[in-house]
Amino acid sequence: MLTITDLKASVAGNDILKGVNLSVNEGDVHAIMGPNGSGKSTLANVLAGHPAYTVTSGTATYKGENLLDKEPHLRAREGLFLAFQHPVEIPGVTNAYFLKNALNALREHNGEEPVDAVEFRTILEENIRIVGIDNALLKRPVNEGFSGGEKKRNEILQLLVLNPALAILDETDSGLDIDALKIVASGVNHFRADDRAVVVVTHYQRLLNYIEPDFVHVLMDGRIVKSGDRMLAQELEARGYDWIRDELSEGDAA
Amino acid sequence: MADEPKTETMDAESAIQNEYRWGFSTDIEQDMAPPGLNEDVIRLISKRKNEPDWLLEWRLKAYRHWLTIKEPSWATVHHPPIDYNSIIYYAAPRKKKLLESLDEVDPKLLETYEKLGIPLDEQKMLAGVAVDAVFDSVSVATTFKDTLAKYGVIFCSFSEAVQEHPDLVRKYLGRVVPPTDNFFAVLNSAVFTDGSFCYVPKGVRCPMELSTYFRINAKNTGQFERTLLIADEGATVSYLEGCTAPQRDENQLHAAVVELFAHEKATIKYSTVQNWYPGDENGKGGIYNFVTKRGRCDGDHSHISWTQVETGSAITWKYPSCILKGDHSVGEFYSIAVTNNYQQADTGSKMTHLGKNTRSTIVSKGISAGHSANSYRGLVRMGPACNSSRNHSQCDSLLLGDQAAAHTFPYIDVQNPDTTVEHEATTSKVNDDQLFFLQQRGINPEDAVSMIVNGFCREVLMELPMEFAVEARKLLAISLEGSIG
Repeated sequence: MLTITDLKASVAGNDILKGVNLSVNEGDVHAIMGPNGSGKSTLANVLAGHPAYTVTSGTATYKGENLLDKEPHLRAREGLFLAFQHPVEIPGVTNAYFLKNALNALREHNGEEPVDAVEFRTILEENIRIVGIDNALLKRPVNEGFSGGEKKRNEILQLLVLNPALAILDETDSGLDIDALKIVASGVNHFRADDRAVVVVTHYQRLLNYIEPDFVHVLMDGRIVKSGDRMLAQELEARGYDWIRDELSEGDAA
Repeated sequence: MADEPKTETMDAESAIQNEYRWGFSTDIEQDMAPPGLNEDVIRLISKRKNEPDWLLEWRLKAYRHWLTIKEPSWATVHHPPIDYNSIIYYAAPRKKKLLESLDEVDPKLLETYEKLGIPLDEQKMLAGVAVDAVFDSVSVATTFKDTLAKYGVIFCSFSEAVQEHPDLVRKYLGRVVPPTDNFFAVLNSAVFTDGSFCYVPKGVRCPMELSTYFRINAKNTGQFERTLLIADEGATVSYLEGCTAPQRDENQLHAAVVELFAHEKATIKYSTVQNWYPGDENGKGGIYNFVTKRGRCDGDHSHISWTQVETGSAITWKYPSCILKGDHSVGEFYSIAVTNNYQQADTGSKMTHLGKNTRSTIVSKGISAGHSANSYRGLVRMGPACNSSRNHSQCDSLLLGDQAAAHTFPYIDVQNPDTTVEHEATTSKVNDDQLFFLQQRGINPEDAVSMIVNGFCREVLMELPMEFAVEARKLLAISLEGSIG
């Protein structure tokens, strides 16, 4: 589904990604872990096409096409979804109105009829139950006055309603208490399916107690330096990141 | 309370069309005065319109006063000097006889209205909107007059009112905006050619929304229309005004006057969607929209509400105002002003509190994009006798890009300590993260801007009558096309 080859990117003139290789297949859940400043969020934003990031070399192929050439809204319409670390507020635009417009943009792209009011209500009701947010939040402006946890759950609501092929979660667990974390994880698990893939970007292992990854990668200084299964995440939780750094420098010395 | 906006966002295709869509002009024989302004031209206008002597004298008095005053220069707008002697002050489509029905209206005129989307044809009028269409200086068709007549509501062109209801016109004309008011209003008083007149009698709730569509067509003509709207005791009326003009390279002057008069317990709601030609993307051409709009809450418990969506004109100079004379009277001003490219807008409101327990609200949303300049200018005056009166003003500016300017000039004049005046102002920028967020959800960049802007304007859009709100949303999107990279 997604193949990243030797991807390099910079922001404001600073090189952040220094040659990332990653392959994500349908049905996979990948966790990308790493210390602060290693480039995790940069990778997520570059894949979604944030204008602040510049790709300097390398490729990313999504569903057999060059992803990096496409405008952000076209990437989204083709099924790439980014759950934001810091969801923004859109004053005056109600959550439901925004979601309906986003859903219809996707439907139009797929040659489908716009969603009617009854169908849309059904979709919303089904999904707000899963993410456990209050019906009233749908009528409020997008993220305005939402608590940190509500914002993150709202991201998962968007994920479920828009139903993409590839979901990238950028530090979705940050700032969540354990109950909210469980709800967010159950939303993601609900989304999980054989024809969909998930990339979870996280600093901590704790989210991975609830979303079991198939693969775990360690991103450090702009490169994926170690990959493994979920045992790797547990090892990182227990030992931190320094031992990998040590391992790497030993490797360099040899 | 409607929680979810009732209208859909416009489709992407129409959002991409980047031209001024109302920029066609109609080729019709015109009856014109020679360019220039003098007493003879005024006499000619008055004669053509078969006006009584008092009205001619009223015009001449205004003209003589106009000769003694100077064009104001305090607004934050810049333009080359206007040559008032190169303007044609009277242009009328030549008509053979009085029109009995729409069938007799020149098909070219009807075609023009169709392009504008005005539902002149009575059969098409599903929404029950009565239209008094002003084509250049002469009103050509008035619909639903009969229905209105049943309620005793008078709704006709200004010229017709002068002929049919001279006493009412004489009683109210100039009571709110006197013929010696500001420079542009005085000019209008001297040379106005037509406009709309409305009188809603005591206790009548006008059964439909009234609407006027103004249009400047002839080249080098100024349009000076005059609107007079009177709501008698306990009457209620909602009036919609929409404006467009053809695309021309020269600048055209539009100096209108609107007077609203509300008696005891009367309510007037006046909504405008102004979409005059704004000039091209280099600032060439466009309308100078120098308009005086004022309402007088004369009676106790009267209520006047102005709502405006200003997206057009090269320069806008406009301050819809309320004089709150009656005790417990209420004045409101809700405004969205959008400027793009090289447009300039200096707009706001004036609330003059004279009666006791009067209340006023100002909500102004300014959006500037491109190289444009957008100023809010407002005056809240608390007179010496207006005990227990309140004003709340909220002025928000939204900037798109880094070349646009936003200014706020609030003037507050309090002569009574027993009053409350509140002013809030914010300035914000549409930021890349908001745009990226919406795009990441599949919304294209133009629609993303439109959604953010619509959200910013929501409080004001909700004040508009339904059918106008739809048009306003589309206009906002069209006006801001190309405003993001």
